[in-house]
Amino acid sequence: MDRNSNTYTILFASIVVVVIGVLLSLAAMGLKPMQEQNIRQEKMTDIMYTIGLDKENLTKKAEAEGLKFNYKTIEKYFKKYFVKQYALKADGSVDENVKAFNIKMKTEVKKPVEKQRFPIFIAEQNGKKYYVIPLYGKGLWDDIWGYIALEDDLNTVKGIKFGHKGETPGLGAEITKKWFENEFKGEKIYDNNGTFKGITVLKGNKDPKNTDKEDNEVDAISGATLTSNGVTNMLQERLKHYVPFFNKIKNKK
Amino acid sequence: MAKKHKWVDLIGDPLNENNPITVQILGICSALAITVKLMPAIIMALSVMVVVAFSNLIISLMRNYIPTRIRIIIQLLVVAALVILVDQVLRAYQYEVSKQLSVFVGLIITNCIVMGRLEAFAMGNKPLDSFLDGIGNGAGYGLVLIIVAFFRELLGSGTLFDHKVIPQWLYDHGYVNNAMMLLPAMALITLGIYIWVQRALYPKLTEK
Repeated sequence: MDRNSNTYTILFASIVVVVIGVLLSLAAMGLKPMQEQNIRQEKMTDIMYTIGLDKENLTKKAEAEGLKFNYKTIEKYFKKYFVKQYALKADGSVDENVKAFNIKMKTEVKKPVEKQRFPIFIAEQNGKKYYVIPLYGKGLWDDIWGYIALEDDLNTVKGIKFGHKGETPGLGAEITKKWFENEFKGEKIYDNNGTFKGITVLKGNKDPKNTDKEDNEVDAISGATLTSNGVTNMLQERLKHYVPFFNKIKNKK
Repeated sequence: MAKKHKWVDLIGDPLNENNPITVQILGICSALAITVKLMPAIIMALSVMVVVAFSNLIISLMRNYIPTRIRIIIQLLVVAALVILVDQVLRAYQYEVSKQLSVFVGLIITNCIVMGRLEAFAMGNKPLDSFLDGIGNGAGYGLVLIIVAFFRELLGSGTLFDHKVIPQWLYDHGYVNNAMMLLPAMALITLGIYIWVQRALYPKLTEK
């Protein structure tokens, strides 16, 4: 066959494309279970991080019990500490048909509010209760996300974990650093009158050392105003949907 | 008739005298971006080596059948397929590292070293020679990456493979990590010093 003819060229190209397509889809299918396990593992470690069970802590625990630090161990600890998880409706009632852990925030936040389900993970550690809420919003360049853990009073922040897709390294990307996450610890999401405020990440606030934990403000990162605004909006937008649920718990007490 | 290549030269040349990064100045972008820490640099080096070697092998096997008019597209297709494969495997078995490498694994497709070797070597040489040439060039790229990453992690974070190597008493006596080393600008300077040292040792590499 003439190697310069159009028929040959088209035939050759089609065969190559089909072969490569089949190979790639086989590989993608074969590797999918492993990849999904990795994502679940990351989610569990992120959630546990917010209540003070960071990797170091977990590794020590696992070693003390003679366990290897792997997916199974992480899942075991997650199930041990996180006793309950709910998928909440916008009015604060529980939707029994949805498993909170399986909710993918990326797709969930795009739905209208009344159709969204709001996951909440409830942990018990050393006799204390913690409430972990997933966050998802927009940074400067792309999506940002995270988890926030509230203490038993549903007001004080126990810990927080941020992640981002493409914020500027050295500026916006600093939100994932420990020093920034530590700023949130002890901060309140309600003001002194009991109105829901969220937490504002603010530059040039009156309290740059962040000693005042009642002011619903933390100090922003210089040069990362837009990412900081993104964090503020994300916290406000996500947490406000849980207020009805919080009120229910408070009324029970 | 393709000329005969010594296997030693095929692997040895790109390590030093014909190094893709320091002599041909190819693939700089990724070399600057992912050399902050040693581990991602090594994984990246291995990924590039696998992609160059196997795309060289596959293209060399097909070289007599590829229609000349679409040869670049076919090369790109093979490279892209291999890169996606590497990316998927990393996501399954090296999740943490694959997150740090993020887009740069995907960007191997646009790494000039890969296409350069395909056009310059694999299209005119036997499969085994091409495969070795790929290994050599991948290793040459990797070597530079690992050396640069070694200095950047050591001086920038005071660690190697995330283990502390700078003793605490040095910090107690006022030593501080050089945060500049973590920025891409210092990667360029480190690379520049590497090229300088290399050319001082091998004067024939210097352009007249």
